[in-house]
Amino acid sequence: MGTVTILDYPFMVRALLAALFTGLAAPAVGTYLVQRRLALMGDGIGHIAVTGVGLGLLTGRSPVWTAIAVAILGALLIELIRERGRAGGDVALALIFYGGIAGGVMVTGLAGGSAQTLHNYLFGSITTVSSQDVWVVVALAAGVIFIALGFAPQLFAVCQDEEFARAAGLRVRAYNITTSVLAAVTVTVAMRTVGLLLVSALMVVPVATAQQLTRSFKVTILLAMVLGAATSVGGVATAFYVDVPPGATIVLLALSCFVAAWPVGNLVRYRRRLRQPFGEGDGLQPHTVVPEEHGHDHGAACGHPAVPHGDHVDYVHDGHRHAVHGEHYDEH
Amino acid sequence: MTAVIDVESGNLALGGRPVLRGISLSVKQGEVVALLGSNGSGKSTLVRGLMGLVKWSGGDVRLFDVSLPSFRDWHRVGYVPQQLAATSGVPATVKEVVSSGRLSRRRLLLPMRQADRAAVRSAIATVELTDRRHDAVSQLSSGQQQRVLIARALAGEPELFVLDEPNAGVDHHNQLGLARTLANLVDAGATVVVVLHELGPLAGLIDRAVLLQDGRIGYDGPPANDLTLQPTAGHAPVHHHPRSQPDHVPLGPGWEL
Repeated sequence: MGTVTILDYPFMVRALLAALFTGLAAPAVGTYLVQRRLALMGDGIGHIAVTGVGLGLLTGRSPVWTAIAVAILGALLIELIRERGRAGGDVALALIFYGGIAGGVMVTGLAGGSAQTLHNYLFGSITTVSSQDVWVVVALAAGVIFIALGFAPQLFAVCQDEEFARAAGLRVRAYNITTSVLAAVTVTVAMRTVGLLLVSALMVVPVATAQQLTRSFKVTILLAMVLGAATSVGGVATAFYVDVPPGATIVLLALSCFVAAWPVGNLVRYRRRLRQPFGEGDGLQPHTVVPEEHGHDHGAACGHPAVPHGDHVDYVHDGHRHAVHGEHYDEH
Repeated sequence: MTAVIDVESGNLALGGRPVLRGISLSVKQGEVVALLGSNGSGKSTLVRGLMGLVKWSGGDVRLFDVSLPSFRDWHRVGYVPQQLAATSGVPATVKEVVSSGRLSRRRLLLPMRQADRAAVRSAIATVELTDRRHDAVSQLSSGQQQRVLIARALAGEPELFVLDEPNAGVDHHNQLGLARTLANLVDAGATVVVVLHELGPLAGLIDRAVLLQDGRIGYDGPPANDLTLQPTAGHAPVHHHPRSQPDHVPLGPGWEL
């Protein structure tokens, strides 16, 4: 067969296209959820969307649209509970999650749907995406990406400090609802790619990976989108060649990126902390000359961390801070 | 001169419990007003009420001569909350957080204009964090984070600054820095309302002190030296009081400093 590639199969082209857009959209929304400490919200919406899928199967409509409708309702309900900020909100969320998934299984059973039908939505079945489906996925994902990036300054402010955003005159409620709806749409879009049970992974894991290496919000969201797209496309391609389930492959790929990034992030943070400037203190320390001889002169190349301290530099040296003072070193 | 803040018989209840009762307060343009009071006296609630963050249950509250519910010119107000909201989650740089203070003057979907960038830059410079602007705020000390919040309010170039306990958990060195920053703002004509536990290094700047006691205004006038009288248990009894009750300040019109 020689040069037959993955792109020679129309169903694979569709799958890759759906994966690419899902992979870009999910982390874009996921960044805001992580920032609001609602990393598991995607999971919750995914559970609720199961009921939507069941309703679609029961009524003979397209499960995508019923899932979107139910997911948006669920997301708004979660937002309402969060806004009220009542203690026990997490229990309320749990009730919604379980209600959603049990309702979905029940309704699907009533519809006479086989286990396989539901399975396709729970774990994804990207290679069965029809050409009509793929355009729906691409259009919805593009819309999600546009809003997530276009309104980034406002969404960032609202997620970062809701009270300040309100005092700055932003329509905080509208933005919170926007985030919820974006999350609901993303979940349903990703339903075909990674499945409802794994969708949250695609929203959260690339973000967790990106923030190991970044200091700014902007770089985090962009890097997360790149990682999401790369792991989605890579996962689908891998699944094609190796014959493994694509959804699980995508998530495991994303997780392995995190596992690779985590030690790097730790090292970066450690080194950054070593070089954090020392406080200026109150200038009342006595002048203490370092008694021992140094085998070398401290400097840029001596290997001891050079840490800014007020108007000079301290060299960190076996738990001591040595500062150059004329011909000798002072203990700081 | 018109009042920047005007509250008339304001009542505010939180979860059904009256917190502020019969508050009447007027702050003129250019005034520097300290809101003092012990924990639970309602000073933070008053500030949050003025910022529209909690709903007044009665009375008339006006900002820049516009009734609070219909007030829309939030770019004229710079709010500095007590501390940075959770710093974990997704990292954000000093510049990003300060830029969000500019949103009240920006248009949707359009990038920052020259003036926006300049305002953000100068706000960061004012709080002396220019060399840290690309660092994540979570890496800064609490004093520096406080300065980020002030810069965020500065970025909107407001006329009225409202600061909620800017000195809480901030060491003396940084408190002096805050006093310098505020002095610059005051020189530039800003109106400042600042919630304080004690006047501290800001004493020289304050034109007027308002003492909240159990949700009512107990004193409103020039900042006397011993107005740091906190009816707070555990506070060193260095203040002399006009009456014989060292840990309780009486209410009512008969009381004077």
